[in-house]
Amino acid sequence: MKDNNLNGRHLLAKIFRWTCIAVTGFAVLILGILIYQVTVMGLPWLDMQFMDSFPSRFPERAGIKSAFFGTLWLVGLTALFAIPTGVLAAIYLEEYAKPGKVTRFIELNIANLAGVPSIVYGILGLALFVRFFHLERSVVAGALTMSLLILPVIIIASKESIKAVPQSLRQAAYAVGATPWQVIRHHVLPSAIPGVLTGVILALSRAIGETAPLIMMGALTYIAFIPEGPMDEFTALPIQIFNWTARPQLEFHELASAGIIVLLGVLLIMNSIAVYIRYRGTRSKM
Amino acid sequence: MEEQLTGRPRLGEKILKGAFFCCASISVVTTIAVICILAFETYGFFVEIPITDFLFGTEWTPLLQPKSYGMLPLLCGTLMIVVGSSIVALPVGIASAVYLSEYASDRVRNIVKPVLEILAGIPTVVYGFFALTFITPMLQSIFESTHVFNAASAAIVVGIMVLPMVASMCDDALQSVPDSLREGAYSLGATSFEVTIRIVLPAALSGIFASFVLAISRAIGETMAVTLAAGATPNFTLNPLESIQTMTAYIVQVSLGDTPAGTLTYKTLFAVAAVLFTLTLFLNLTASSVMRRFKETYE
Repeated sequence: MKDNNLNGRHLLAKIFRWTCIAVTGFAVLILGILIYQVTVMGLPWLDMQFMDSFPSRFPERAGIKSAFFGTLWLVGLTALFAIPTGVLAAIYLEEYAKPGKVTRFIELNIANLAGVPSIVYGILGLALFVRFFHLERSVVAGALTMSLLILPVIIIASKESIKAVPQSLRQAAYAVGATPWQVIRHHVLPSAIPGVLTGVILALSRAIGETAPLIMMGALTYIAFIPEGPMDEFTALPIQIFNWTARPQLEFHELASAGIIVLLGVLLIMNSIAVYIRYRGTRSKM
Repeated sequence: MEEQLTGRPRLGEKILKGAFFCCASISVVTTIAVICILAFETYGFFVEIPITDFLFGTEWTPLLQPKSYGMLPLLCGTLMIVVGSSIVALPVGIASAVYLSEYASDRVRNIVKPVLEILAGIPTVVYGFFALTFITPMLQSIFESTHVFNAASAAIVVGIMVLPMVASMCDDALQSVPDSLREGAYSLGATSFEVTIRIVLPAALSGIFASFVLAISRAIGETMAVTLAAGATPNFTLNPLESIQTMTAYIVQVSLGDTPAGTLTYKTLFAVAAVLFTLTLFLNLTASSVMRRFKETYE
């Protein structure tokens, strides 16, 4: 540092600091603009008629009934498949698996699967569930694909939370003669549950928002009914939003914003629950 | 009861352990399934179309006559999205991470961090909508020659989309630099700018680099926003104001139509997806190995 120009250096530090603040403010501002834009465009369309109508060629008669219930079906089945599998896999990796090549391989695999683009899962779903197992464009095929997609997220979150359970708890249980399963069932799982739940909810909200894999499986069709069983065809909120956004007319863009408000509302509720559980979890540990 | 002290064999425990192992191995089965399906159909594709035509051809018209299967236009489209989104996301991501980690008070942190998390949780189709209804009109009012579907709008929105991930990964990396390093530099009379640029950022370099690589991988795999905003015209161009097509957008375009299994068009899906999968896998492995190997540890 050849300069002794202290004022200049302090000025530079100040400029740098304010640049960082401005840039962060910009990022927050974008979220504001996005929400403002969607609300202004969509709010006038958001009424009971919108919630209670099927898609239509006429914007004023169109609604998201089939998409909303399709999403409920999809998330319900995905939860049914993915939560037990993911949590049990995490239990195996943390509680049973011995450190070694096989375990390392599985863990590396899970980490990499978490980074695979969702559309590749769509290809897998198309080839495996839709074509090979002949599940066609059913809710169950969509839910299976979504389960594979969110499984790594659930496993990673559950593992973290199981890992955080103090070792002393396990040792105490083993010392009084508990079997591995008893230790897990009565001690590890109850203390890990807040973290596991948070991870599960965040994973499910990802499944709610994913569009690409469902479109890959051919779920973008005109559906004017609510699925009555797991083998029925379905549509989902993000697909309906995509469909409306892809049309050139302004009315359909406004419908899309109304759909986005509903979608973001659902996600906000789920995220709040997750935050609340995390907050209660950290408080009770102290 | 003395004879039972050694413990009797418990069948239930063994069955449970086996069941848990099966759950854990689903991930391996998934990977194998992906690789096998992609490899099988891609092989079928290369039997009909030479691999050199596919990788180096400059015309991509599998849905039109005359058909041509050179994927360079798709790669070029994806590259534009990657470059454009990096220009948006990387500097902004680092700057907000520096602000959050080095300058912000705990109160501000507790507000901004959740906002970033919310941004990260917004579905991609919503970003696509945002690009089409907000960013594109804005670009059109600045550059008159902007097409309705253009690469710039898609790249900007993908940048916004990966920004939260870059910011929070960089923030984690900066936070893991021990305070003693900062205090050492401050005590020698460095300003906050000098501490950040010369001490903290270099010390956190591996984490920052890994976040960049993952951001690029996300941008390559991003589908919905790109499909909605960038269009479906595989132009071999570097003009960001023109309509392009990325690899992911092509996959969506084909699956929107009705493509019978076994046709050459159906196989192009898998060939393109195989390229996509290979690229992202390579980038993800690079990121995790950088994180592991160059992780600075301070005692």
